[in-house]
Order: sequence, then structure tokens, then C-alpha cells
Amino acid sequence: MRNQQAVQLLSELSQPGRRASTWPDCDVPMPASSSLLPRSCLAEHPPQLPELSEPDVVRHFSNLSTRNMSVDTHMYPLGSCTMKYNPKRHERWAALPGFAHVHPLQSDDTMQGLLQILFELQQMLGEISGLPAVSLQPAAGAQGELAALLVAAAYLADRGEKRHKVLVPDSAHGTNPASARMAGFSTVTVPSTSQGFVDLDQLHRQLDQDVAVVMITNPNTLGLFDPQIQTVSRMVHDVGGLIYLDGANMNAIVGVSRPGDFGADMMHFNPHKTFSGPHGGGGPGAGPICVTHALEPYLPSPVVEYDPSGYRLNFDRPHSVGRVRSFLGNVGVLLRAYAYLRTLGPEGLRRTTEQAVLNANYLLQAISPLLPVPHGPRCMHEFVATAKVIKQERGISAMDIAKRLLDYGFHAPTVYFPLTVPESIMIEPTETESKETLDAFVKVLAKVLQEPDDLLHEAPHSTEISRPDEVRAARNPTVRWQTTPTGNNG
Amino acid sequence: MDPQQLKFSPTHEWVHLSDVGGQRIATVGISAFAIALLTDLVHMELPAVGRAARPGESLGEIESVKAVSDVYSPVEGEVVEVNSGLVGNLEAMGDDPYGKSWIVKIRTTSDAGLDQLMDYATYQAQCATEG
Amino acid sequence: MDYLFDTSGDRQTMLRALGVERVEDLFDGIPSNCRLSSGLKLPAPLGELELQQHLESLAGKNYQAAQHACFLGGGSYDHFVPSVVDSIASRAEFYTSYTPYQPEASQGNLQVMFEYQSLICELTGMDVSNASLYDGASAVAEGVLMCLHAAPRGGTVLVPHTMHPEYREVLATYLKHMQATLRVIDTDMSLLTAAELQRHIGADTCCVVLQQPNFLGQIESLQELADVTHQAGASLVVSCDPLSLGILKRPGDLGADIVVAEGQCLGTPLSAGGPYLGILACRESFLRRMPGRIVGETVDRKGRRCWVLTLQTREQHIRREKATSNICTNQGLLALRAAVYLSVVGGQGLRDVADLATRKAHYAAQQIADCERFEVVGNAPFFKEFVVRDSAGQVDALLSHAASRGFLAGLPLGRWYPQFRDCVLVAVTEKRTRHEIDAWANCLANAPVSRLEVTNNA
Repeated sequence: MRNQQAVQLLSELSQPGRRASTWPDCDVPMPASSSLLPRSCLAEHPPQLPELSEPDVVRHFSNLSTRNMSVDTHMYPLGSCTMKYNPKRHERWAALPGFAHVHPLQSDDTMQGLLQILFELQQMLGEISGLPAVSLQPAAGAQGELAALLVAAAYLADRGEKRHKVLVPDSAHGTNPASARMAGFSTVTVPSTSQGFVDLDQLHRQLDQDVAVVMITNPNTLGLFDPQIQTVSRMVHDVGGLIYLDGANMNAIVGVSRPGDFGADMMHFNPHKTFSGPHGGGGPGAGPICVTHALEPYLPSPVVEYDPSGYRLNFDRPHSVGRVRSFLGNVGVLLRAYAYLRTLGPEGLRRTTEQAVLNANYLLQAISPLLPVPHGPRCMHEFVATAKVIKQERGISAMDIAKRLLDYGFHAPTVYFPLTVPESIMIEPTETESKETLDAFVKVLAKVLQEPDDLLHEAPHSTEISRPDEVRAARNPTVRWQTTPTGNNG
Repeated sequence: MDPQQLKFSPTHEWVHLSDVGGQRIATVGISAFAIALLTDLVHMELPAVGRAARPGESLGEIESVKAVSDVYSPVEGEVVEVNSGLVGNLEAMGDDPYGKSWIVKIRTTSDAGLDQLMDYATYQAQCATEG
Repeated sequence: MDYLFDTSGDRQTMLRALGVERVEDLFDGIPSNCRLSSGLKLPAPLGELELQQHLESLAGKNYQAAQHACFLGGGSYDHFVPSVVDSIASRAEFYTSYTPYQPEASQGNLQVMFEYQSLICELTGMDVSNASLYDGASAVAEGVLMCLHAAPRGGTVLVPHTMHPEYREVLATYLKHMQATLRVIDTDMSLLTAAELQRHIGADTCCVVLQQPNFLGQIESLQELADVTHQAGASLVVSCDPLSLGILKRPGDLGADIVVAEGQCLGTPLSAGGPYLGILACRESFLRRMPGRIVGETVDRKGRRCWVLTLQTREQHIRREKATSNICTNQGLLALRAAVYLSVVGGQGLRDVADLATRKAHYAAQQIADCERFEVVGNAPFFKEFVVRDSAGQVDALLSHAASRGFLAGLPLGRWYPQFRDCVLVAVTEKRTRHEIDAWANCLANAPVSRLEVTNNA
């Protein structure tokens, strides 16, 4: 069944003289560009790209696509990534000519429909977060973190405060400390309690007049809602610091709890997770941020505003931290988020959250007899199991289990994150998996854990490749074709 | 070199002090324990010759596939030689950690940092708690 | 509910298995005073048909390049996208998958990224490329950060003001808290000369950032500027238009150390500005300072050639606060589009597209220059964009007149350059026909001039 040509590279498929595109003759009475431009800037020959026919290209990439697992084809319980179903209708709507062929620098009057959507999305995100001021500009969650920390820095500087520290829990995503550094802060890691919550004693010890921001993921990376969150907020606010909420886990609380209500001053959303944007093989995402009224003047420019004459992009924001991205942000991703929110409405969003949490708890309950879940017995939208015992007893690692699941047609959970749980296996089923699929997943996991050690160490067995040599890839990096595509084929 | 004769830092560097033409030269490497812990080394960044070194300051980095660690200077002085042969041959680093796999030589300019170093037995005891 | 599976029977069975009565009980871990007491105040739900009608009506309010002849550029261009690109990019195995954390389950995406990296290297003349960044603006900023990290004491970053103004703004935002000074060189409406660069460059210069062609469409003398940069011991970052490389020399052959670009023109429609594609490629010596994901070749346990994410120790998930960039994702789907575009169009096709755009732009410039009211500014060589000065000084009225007659006629420069408020930046792609160009020039030539405004501007 497999087409082995798919594993060839474009450079190897290339045959001199093949073409897949024909362009019209020039319809204006102008000489060739070589006589319009100075010779010194002109290339001697066309770019040395592969020479292919259209069927070559289509078959190549179509075959490559079948070498992926995807949400449309497999359960994808990748913890912290919220791999939920991506509604087909969104793809059709994002492709409407009135969205897909709008130029980002058109005047406001000529894109009122688009600006209305962005304005309403700002309002909806403000309502969901409880943080009313919104910037849609950041292109991804990490850029949202950076933008919000820049907002915090500008706000504090305006108040004449010289705070330079950002506190980050040890279980936080790596983008948190990296973003803090880019925003000019030094970072201090705060250990979590054995329950994975913020350690109040440790926090108390670290909190002082130098603390600008405390970055919190709540629900945290263990899938638990921190019951002391309001105490944490109060402690931080008492010393004049701000709370940043990493919104990666919002799928657990949309419609149930609002970050603004439990003390967050700033947060980002990951619409590609929470609001069903497709992940695109690693992107695009978006990272809109929501902040309190006090921080509003510092948001990146422009923001969308409304007055009786219509929707306007406001660039005239003297306190703004500036731009983090060109144009208006990842509008295509934001459009899908808008469509998702309008499709579900307030009740639907709450039911979605409930189902995500129900699915996760149902799975936790069924899995915990097989693999310990140290922070059980309940979770929010995801939970972290550990292979520590089976590693000690049989030498079977979290990675072995993850790889073997692939053989049974399940994408692997996230392994080795968070760093605070040894041999961690982080599972997030999302709300868009059925009970039958969850049951099937548990059954397979139980079976895998009974299988002979060697079978697991060498898994997967049914995929086209197995256990690539990552050491070799990193020691002698080969990151491009080794042959030029044209006239040099073997 | 016999590890029993070396001094060790809490961050897993070893030091050998010798007198070369009236100058005190510290040869620095990382311990067999650290090499084993890092597993599958893939890359190393060495300091430039002539660079100043201070105790506890990073001299360079050593990377495995999924981890990166600093190599800290145990002493104060100036880097006089680096083992550039290591970089292309990291897989062999564990074969002779206390000999061919030395990383830098530092001409020391003070005794700073020396009091933080421990003997082999004490270092082994520290490793036992970390393993 | 369209996206949920549960029947009430399922729900009951699952709750029973958990030993709880109501799904609300699963939220007991959230203190009651952190819970919403009432529902969110959001609009009521809409079914697929209703929402489609709503969105169609909103989309209908936007002017768009499929109906209005588009002469807008400035980093986003109405180029032709072959149908193969849409067809491949809409395969759900690509767009509903995620980051290739499990290489065995993502060889398709990984190979696409490797092909993309290779194509970008061929195109730009650089040694290595990453698997993409957010957009052209953040790619400039990340390129500059690479230079700053390579020169640990920070330094000055030199940028002519003919670099895309929004890219400059993003760069300034990223540099705000770095040990670096951003210095903008005012070149008026002209090219940056080697002598001018020489005047500004110094021992403290970390890097020079150039845009080729620059924001006004003009082709800079890259080689000379590269020489001045390197003589001063600084690095050269070039932000280029990838399509221009169908005819122009590659920045890598002219001395660039890092090449960045906005990749939208490679197979992605205007899309109101995003998602787009940030391209970043560099010389081998910068490989380990590159931000973002990189795919490398290796073999599996049976010796079969395959692809993995590699050099991950550069990235934030390992290096955390010491990482040179906080970037986590790449723009996988947009990089796929670029890879398919370059495969379909090929080297000769890219040359044809660039040649068509150049000739049509020069024709459009000729036509507009024939009108008494307008002047094409400067005499620098240009690719597909040029600047038109309106002697009546009524740019806004001119453009809205043209819009009402079916033309997105150009970008008013005054928003970014108050001193050029009587100027319009015009872009012409291979899609514009002679008929459209003639009609555009005719429309602008016949646009009314209001006497009141003339006096105001005089």
C-alpha cells in the first residue's frame, strides 16, 4: 500500500526541464526586466529549485501527509496542547473572499466587517477572562507572554517603580522564563508543593519590593486548580506586584471561572487550543492578551475601537509598548476563534468545559490502577501519570509506553513534561472524544503494560520508522538537502 | 590522571594544579559522574584563550540531546589553553575523563575558589546523594 | 451540541463510574468564590447556516482584492496562488496535526519542514534555515537578537528608515530591554549609500539591517553596503522579498550573514495580514544561535533515513531563562504552503513571476508619470513597488475616490512618514493586467482636486 517514492526528497525527484507552472505572456509593452534593472543586481540564472511536474508535487505532498497522525484521523491526547476537533465550517469561512483577500493596510472604511469581528472578539475575550482590555496582536502564546510582560514593565516604569524580578513556578512552561528575560526581567524559580501548587512559604520568602510579576499557570501543568489562588493574588498585590496567568489551560475553566475574578492582572489565550483553531503541524496559533483597565494604555498598538461612525484601528496610543507583530495579528486564527465562540454561545462553552473535565476525570479514574497518578484522584482537563514504578521494576520508560501506543493508533500523550514529575505522562483527552474512544484508549494502555519488555523498548513496530537516532542528528547536523536539485540527480 | 589526586567542585568540575615555569596552572575538566549523567554529549562551547576566569563563572557549555549544562570555573585566573580537539570527539569524552578529556587550562592569579574544592572521597559522597 | 459526543446516557455512566452525582461536583477543587455565579454574557449560539449567513454579510462589507484591483503592497502582496497550494494545505493530515514531538507519528510534517529549510537555503543563498517564525517583522527582530547574542556586550543596531516601518516598530519593541541601541538612518527617499552607512557605522555597531528591495520598492546596492558593514566588524541582516529572488541576486551571494523575509508572497493569500510566514536563514556559524525549530536528517534504529527536531538545546523548553528566544511554535502550515508554492512554481516560474511583476510595475510607473498631477519619486532602480507624489497633496481623497471606482490604488505614506504625506506607495504584481493598470492610471488622473485642500497644503 505504501508509496515509497514519498520518502524521496524533492531534490531527488527533480528532473531537468520539468515544469509545473506556465505564466502568461507579458501584456504590457515593456522590455524584459533584465533591461529595466542594472546588471549588477541581477542573478545570472533562475533559482536552483527542483524541477517537477504538477502531478509530481501533488503525489509527493499527498503521500507525505499520510505519514502524520492528526486530530481528524486519531485520538491525540497530547497534554497541555488541547488537541480538540477543528470544525470544518471554520475553514470554509476563513476562505471567504471578503476575509482571505483583504489587504491588511486597507483603510478602516474598507474593512468594517472584519474590524467588527475583531472588535466583538476583543469584547468576548474580555468577558471570558474577566479582564476587559484586549490586544489581538500577538502571534502566539509565547509572544502574548512577552507582550504582557512588556505591558507590565511599562506600567511599573510609569509609576516610577524599579522592579526587576519575575517569579516563575518550577512547573511552568519554558516560554515563561524565556519571555521574562526578553522583557528585561531576571527570573526566580519558585518551587511547588508536593501537590504542585504554589508553595506559599517559598512565595512569601521571595516576595519583596523587587518583584514585578508572578507568572502562574492555573489550572497548573498537573491539571489542578490551585485552591489558594486568591491568597497568592493577595500576597503578590500586597507587595505591589502583578499576576500573569498563562492561559494554556483555559479549556478547563471557560464559563466556570474567570482569571480576572481570581486575581490575575494579565493573561494570554491560546485560541488554537481553547477555541479549536487547527494546530497546522506546529502553527499558526495566536496569543491575544487580556489585561485590567489599569494596564490598558500600555497594550500593543493598534487596538480596535468603536464609535458611532464605525470601527476604527487606534494607533494613537502614546503609552503603548509598541508593536509585537506586523499588521493586525493572526487574523485567520482569530476569525476561527470568533466562529467557535459564536457557535457555542455561553451555555455551549460551559458544557464544553464540563465535558473536557468529565472526560479527563473518567480517563484518570480508569488509568490510575494501571499507572499511578500522583496528584489524583481528581483533575481538571488533564492529568499527569507516572511510569516511575514500572521504570524501576521493569526498565519500561514513559517514552517506551508512548511509542507503543502509536502502534495501536493512538497519538502519544506528552511525556517528560512537566519536569517536576519523574517519567511523566501527561494526558489531555479534550471534550471531543467519545466514551467509546476513551474506553478503547484505556484498554490499549492496559494491554501495552502487559506486553514483553523488548516489544516496548523497540516500539513502535508498525510505523514506517522507529526510534530515530537523535544523538546523530544533533552531533553532525544535516539540516538541508545534500545535493543541489537541478542537474545533479543520481 | 588518578582522580584520587584531584580536587572537585560542587558543580562537578575537577581541578589539577601544577607548577609550570613558576606559574600555577589549573587544568579543569568534568567528572566521570557528570559525563554519565549528561549522557550522549553532542556539543561543547569552549571559552576563548585569554579570557578571564572567576570562580563560579561559566566558562562554556556542554550539551546532550535534551540538556545543556554550564562548565564553571573553579578558580580565578586567565584561560591559557583550551582542548579544541574535544569538540569533534565528544562521544569519547567518557573514555578518559581525567586525562585526554580535560577542557581548559587556567593560569591562576589568586587562591580564590580553592577553598570550595573537595577531595575525591567527599565528592563521591556528594554524588551518592545526587544519584 | 455539534462538537460533543455525549448523550445523557453516556454522561450518567461516566459520572457513576466517578461516583459523583453531578458534573458540577468535578469542579469542587475550585473555591466557590472563584466560580462564576451566573453565565457569561456572550451572544446566543448560532447554527452553521445562520453563522455562515452572518459571516458572509460581514465579509461582504470588506473591500477585497478579488473585486477591487489591488495596488497595495508594503509587505503584503496580491500574488497568484496556484490551486495545488490550497489543495495540499487543506489536507487535514497536515492542518489538524501538531508539532512533531513523536517523530514516528509525524514524518510527513518533519520531511516537509526539511524540504522547506532546503528550499529557503537555495533561494536565499544561505547555509541553514530554521523551520519558520511568526512573520517578517519578528524575523527581523530575531535576526538582530542572534547578532546581539553573538556579540555579548550588546551594541548599536543600524537601520535605514526605508526598512518597513512596522518591522522597525517591532524591532524597537523587542530591543527595548536589551543592551542595544537602535539607530535609524534617515535616507529621505533615496537608497542608503556606502558613504552614508560609513558615516554611521562604528566600533560599537553590532549589526546593520537592510531591506531589499526597501520599503519604497528600491533596490539597494547590497554588496557595497555589506562590504562597509563587514569592514567595521559588524554583521549584516537582510530582509528580502523572496519573490524578487526570481531575478535579483541572492542576499547570501552579496554578503548577508542572516537573511530574513516575510514569506506571505510564497503561496499565501492576503488574509488580512495573517497568519503569515517568518523566514530566517543564516550562515553555518550562526546555526546554534538560530531561534525556533530546526529539522535534521538522521537514521532510525534500522538504518532508514528519517527526520527529527534537532538542536533542541537552543530552545526555551530546555534552556528556559537562558534561551536566546522565547519562540515555541513555528508556522508549520504556512511553511508547507511556501514549500508547495516553490515546488509548483519552480526556479524558472519564479523568474517568470518576478519578471512579470517588474515589467508591469515599470509600465504602471510610466503611465502614472504621464499624468501632469503625478510624479514618480526618485530614480533608483525598483522591483514591483514605487512611490508616486501627488502634486495636489490630496492623497486621502484621491485614494477614496479610487476605492469607490474599484481600485485599492495605493498606500498613503503619511501614516509612517509625515514628511511624505503627499506620497503613495504603489505595488504591482503579476496579477495586474494591462487593462487594470490603464484603468487605474486613468482613474487617478481624473480624480477631482478640491481647491480648499490645495490652499491648505500650499
